[in-house]
Amino acid sequence: MTTTVRESRLDLEAHLRPVTDKRVSARVAMELVHNGDVVAIGGTLYSRTPMSLLFELLRQGRSGLTISRSLTCYEADLFLATGMANRVVTSWVGIGLPWGLSPVIRHYVEKGLATYEEWSHLALGLRLKAGAMGVPFLPTMTMLGSDLAKQVNAATIRCPYTDQELLAVPALVPDVTLLHVHRADMYGNAQIDGYTHMDVDMARASRRVVLSAEKIVTTEEITATSDRTVLPHFTVDAVVEAPFGAYPHECYGLYEADTRHFDDYVRLLREHGPDEGVSRYVEANVNMYPDFEAFLNGLDSGRLAELGRLARELTP
Amino acid sequence: MSFATAELGNDPAAEVSPEELMTVAASRLLADNRVVFAGVGAPLVASALARRRQAPNLTIVLEGGIIGTQLRPGHLPVSTNEMRAAYGATMFADITDIFLYAQRGYFDYGFLGAAQVDLYGNINTSFIGNPASPKVRLPGTGGANDIISLCNEIFIVTAHEKRRFVEKVDFITSPGYLSGGSTRRDAGLPFGRLKNVVTDLALFDFEPESHKMRLRGLQPGVSIEAVREATGFELLMADELDELEAPSAQELQLLRELRGLTPALD
Repeated sequence: MTTTVRESRLDLEAHLRPVTDKRVSARVAMELVHNGDVVAIGGTLYSRTPMSLLFELLRQGRSGLTISRSLTCYEADLFLATGMANRVVTSWVGIGLPWGLSPVIRHYVEKGLATYEEWSHLALGLRLKAGAMGVPFLPTMTMLGSDLAKQVNAATIRCPYTDQELLAVPALVPDVTLLHVHRADMYGNAQIDGYTHMDVDMARASRRVVLSAEKIVTTEEITATSDRTVLPHFTVDAVVEAPFGAYPHECYGLYEADTRHFDDYVRLLREHGPDEGVSRYVEANVNMYPDFEAFLNGLDSGRLAELGRLARELTP
Repeated sequence: MSFATAELGNDPAAEVSPEELMTVAASRLLADNRVVFAGVGAPLVASALARRRQAPNLTIVLEGGIIGTQLRPGHLPVSTNEMRAAYGATMFADITDIFLYAQRGYFDYGFLGAAQVDLYGNINTSFIGNPASPKVRLPGTGGANDIISLCNEIFIVTAHEKRRFVEKVDFITSPGYLSGGSTRRDAGLPFGRLKNVVTDLALFDFEPESHKMRLRGLQPGVSIEAVREATGFELLMADELDELEAPSAQELQLLRELRGLTPALD
């Protein structure tokens, strides 16, 4: 059951977030995710996905999760096929055209084993924005007339001033939002370089927020560049230091996505089928290692440096 | 990695591929000093080609929140949310915000691909077969529903195959003219006009009243019969039927540069 904005407001009033050192390990941070939670994942597709946090969650195991992400990459596969999630709230799932349709999504959704709740990209963004604004819905023209609106039983509303008919998208209040950012201080003041995706609304809509950061910096460094701060400390519950924490996805200006890793993953699915393929992937990339740092250390030497070089070529 | 490179190899004298025919014809539809909200793949490549040719002041916007991308030849993006898509951009907006620019009416063109399109320009990217028990669960709308609902003029570019051009889509992911006539407006979409559908065989527009798709032009050497054969609904004809000009040497050169198939002439 999703939390209403009213409940989230009451929860927030009762939830003190003192200005204390919020740095914890990924292992401890993931204790904020409970069975049955709606987990919103920051970044978009294969950009700035909090992979170090997701891998830790996979390592620990949960059940009955809902994954919410507007453009969802193969992390949806991982949570469905390990039996940890049974519902995805999204506008799109896949890695990208070159990697084809996800056989995991096909298997689970076509056989009715999991729910794929489809909203448009904007509608999902507005659902989070409503949650972030603390209002129960927002009006929009998007999705009107489509079968998408019927499929999710989205209601319409008439403007009390002009009588225009609009779609009323309901607020989405995630139980936990997991984000990866470029830098944060120990209190959770967070900065993102490049595109912010939907991360800011997602965090503000959510009951609990965990940040992983490429780098933990001093509050003085944040103060010196405060125009780049996108989330204030009082929106954040836990901060995890995670260099290359979005790998194999990209982090703007720092490293490109590792498309060879995607190729390898897709090959596993092709060779072993959706369940066994994911199981082998999780075994080899997550469970084999005590933590994300060990996983990174197990990569071919020079791979991360090469992805970093490509990123620097593409960004100012 | 570019998924649209076909099998051209590096030979600049190679024959024009269907993909190139389609992309070049699509790029010619874009006028200068407009703002285009482009989907990834052929729409983005066509937009980038237009910028390099007749529309140097065309502003390309992508759903990753990227405004004014220029693209780096040979480094085309696979997604609209990555550094390759952001190359040379003037601004990054929040994703929700970029669509709100569209709802406000800033975007002259919306430019999309389609897995399945019907007589009224409705697009399906959600299900093949019955949505209750689908034969294939497709990836979903992404921003396509928003782009077709909120931009001012809509262009669709897609390969011309009978399974893609259907009388009625299995599921309206992204609304074209719905059931034609005033049904789109009546559904609460007062703005947005579908202008053209461009394929490797033909150019279509929409009849002004019924809003049915109709044949407006043929790619070089393509017969009406060939288009009819590849179309899953009754082929309607515009009063005038043009033969589209073959891609020029300059257009092919620019397109192949973008795709990294030939080195750029500096």
